[in-house]
Amino acid sequence: MDRRDFLRLLGVGAIAGNAAGWGPGRNAYAAGVEGMYDVPRLGNARLLHFADCHAQLMPVYFREPNVNIGVGDRTGKMPHVVGEAFLRATGIPPGTPEAHAFTYLSFEAEARQLGKVGGFAHLATLVKKLRAEGPGGKALLLDSGDTWQGSGTALWTRGRDMVGACNLLGVDIMTGHWEFTYEEDEIRANIDAFGGEFVAQNVMLTEDAAFFDVPSFDEDGHAFRPYTVKHVGGHKVVVIGQAFPYTPIANPSRFIPNWTFGIRAEELQTLVDEIQKDIDPEAVILLSHNGMDVDLKLAAVTSGIDFILGGHTHDGIPVPSVVKNAAGGRTVVTNAGSNGKFLGVLDLNLGLGRVRDYRYTLLPVFSNLLPADDEMTAYIEGARAPYREKLEESLAIAETVLYRRGNFSGTFDQLICDGLRAVGDAQIALSPGFRWGTSLLPGDPITMDRLLDQTCITYPETYVREMTGEEIRLILEDVADNLFNPDPFYQQGGDMVRVGGMNYVCDPLEVIGKRISNMTLDSGEAIEAGKTYKVTGWATVGSQAPGAPVWEVVAEYLRSEKTVRIDKLNTPVLKNVDNNPGIADYPS
Amino acid sequence: MNLTRRLFVRGAAAVVALMALPRVLLAWPAKAFEAKSTSDAMDALYGGTEATESSAVVLGAPDIAENGAVVPISVSCSLDKVESISIIVDKNPSPLAASFDLGPGAVADVSTRLKMGKTSNVIAVVKADGQLYSAQKEVKVTIGGCGG
Amino acid sequence: MASGIRIKAKLTGDQVEVKTLMKHEMETGTRKDSKTGETVPAHYIQEVKAEINGNVVMTANWGPAVSKNPYLSFNVNGAKAGDTLKISWVDNKGETDSAETTIS
Repeated sequence: MDRRDFLRLLGVGAIAGNAAGWGPGRNAYAAGVEGMYDVPRLGNARLLHFADCHAQLMPVYFREPNVNIGVGDRTGKMPHVVGEAFLRATGIPPGTPEAHAFTYLSFEAEARQLGKVGGFAHLATLVKKLRAEGPGGKALLLDSGDTWQGSGTALWTRGRDMVGACNLLGVDIMTGHWEFTYEEDEIRANIDAFGGEFVAQNVMLTEDAAFFDVPSFDEDGHAFRPYTVKHVGGHKVVVIGQAFPYTPIANPSRFIPNWTFGIRAEELQTLVDEIQKDIDPEAVILLSHNGMDVDLKLAAVTSGIDFILGGHTHDGIPVPSVVKNAAGGRTVVTNAGSNGKFLGVLDLNLGLGRVRDYRYTLLPVFSNLLPADDEMTAYIEGARAPYREKLEESLAIAETVLYRRGNFSGTFDQLICDGLRAVGDAQIALSPGFRWGTSLLPGDPITMDRLLDQTCITYPETYVREMTGEEIRLILEDVADNLFNPDPFYQQGGDMVRVGGMNYVCDPLEVIGKRISNMTLDSGEAIEAGKTYKVTGWATVGSQAPGAPVWEVVAEYLRSEKTVRIDKLNTPVLKNVDNNPGIADYPS
Repeated sequence: MNLTRRLFVRGAAAVVALMALPRVLLAWPAKAFEAKSTSDAMDALYGGTEATESSAVVLGAPDIAENGAVVPISVSCSLDKVESISIIVDKNPSPLAASFDLGPGAVADVSTRLKMGKTSNVIAVVKADGQLYSAQKEVKVTIGGCGG
Repeated sequence: MASGIRIKAKLTGDQVEVKTLMKHEMETGTRKDSKTGETVPAHYIQEVKAEINGNVVMTANWGPAVSKNPYLSFNVNGAKAGDTLKISWVDNKGETDSAETTIS
């Protein structure tokens, strides 16, 4: 479908009347789809921002969550609103392309009409256009990370295909998370090959590494450059990096034994104070992979940071949150979605030593609205060519919308759990609640490409082993606390561990140890604390599991199944979420 | 319980501990390290459990431990005449983990790494000019995984 | 036998920042050997002493909760280049180790 078809299908009528605007910059889109990418310029500096593309070089479908529950004082606040509540909170009119981009509503029908999102060739066209229209024909392009992982080609090239793509896209500055799931030498080599700067104020050498003279960026022990100074139109902008603080907990520490992470809020404040004193920039930006809730708290407990441009929790935030910071000033926080689906545009009016004005717009990247960039297309074809046959193998046909994103199991998670249980002959399957993984529409072939979107990590090995009911409960409790701890600094940002073959009751508002109850097998039989069960799973963090990579196991299952229809999800029965706008269309 | 009896009980326990292990360090506060609760450890080490929470005591600890077997902890204190610094992990089977006696010239600023069995408050106790001051922070110990 | 203690001493003005790593199992006495299933006896450093030119500047008393291969850093005022810094430990079995460095 070309651009003209797209516009005809969409129909002018469908997008009329959305001139009310929904936050800074939105009035610009009153013209509708025709004017979607016409962002009027403000001020004298332009920053472009994306996050969590997860190595998706090609256009994809990506369904936003219908469960994204906020607890404590985050209850019902952005980003913990879904569907129609999200539209009400942001003022996005229902039925518009933006409503489709930001919510799960009518996902299949809208996706069929509007087509795929993202793809680096389309993103490149948008970046070039917005750069050319920026002050002096320039813009800084920032990437919050999770760029080198998420596709088969990224895994097999150890992230290098994405480094090449980002160089072509012109990424100026990045930070990381899944980047750290390769080996230290590979990470350093990728950073050397990266044309921009890799920044992280919160990655330090461990004490042991410092003793044994492992290379660091500076004498303070920063493993990487903590920040960089950019001159934009005669103005100084400082960009500080904040890598994912809990990388060695959420992912294997054995790949990166010399590095230690953490939020390091105090160190960040000291650094910002030094920067304000010594460099006196007009704007200080934190390029973050904290996740939205951690970013919001960090903004409130620090001062001197003008903007936090974040990622990790994959929240597309069209209207930034303005946080009153520790010094009574203002810190603006936003996250830019995932999978190459969005590009943020932050226009700044800098002068008199400060940010005088700003405008933020988060643009959905509709592949059909943006012609593919020739150079990037050629690069991507080259990157995929050696693996094309393997990637394009059709394993089965989807008969249901397949997706992952959401606090609890998506249909693709159920497929993985079903496959693991069938092949491993296990009673129960556990599958990690990653937030990445693309979506498929009914009728789509489930290719190895799409299966790898959901599974390709550097620790993919599966296991089948005995676990007691108590061990299973402890795992569920531990992960639930990473998701639902009311203090964002104790959250790790993944979603709940997915289960197959069992059911349970979950109360997100309870404390650790009391959230999970009534665990039963699919048969209805109670899971007993002292009894052992045959459990299968993948992505073990502590040590390497003995089994085949998960994609091999699930591929074997898919080849034998031929079609995939998911009628029932092993999602928990939830307590105390009745009036929570972070959940909708949940099976009760 | 009168003072004499308490001293006697404390002394008796120390004798038992000394017989149990081939101890070579008479100065090592065995009873404090073998105490099973924070208050017992405090009592054994300082002869009292009252410490004033103070912002002058700065406890550095992660929000979530990267590895429960190796949790970096630092304690510094801006007060004058600091005599000792102790670190207590409240939920460890034996809460007292380390105690530092500062000699002439030593700055009240120490760092080490501790084992934590589970999520717990970590407490720093500083004795300065004969008075006890403290700071505490919860450190979460998690099995990890599933992030992203 | 070579010492299992490593020392780094960085002098800034008259303050020396000392960082040490000590090779020691720091067995808690509760861990079970994965092969034999038997409890591994407690074996841990109890006392660490830091001396500058023979004067004790700090004594650390430790229990088994200090991590394996312990790390310790501290700071001392009134130090100067050429001073001798000595770190020594004694564990619960009476074993000892020590190392010296010249502050520069």
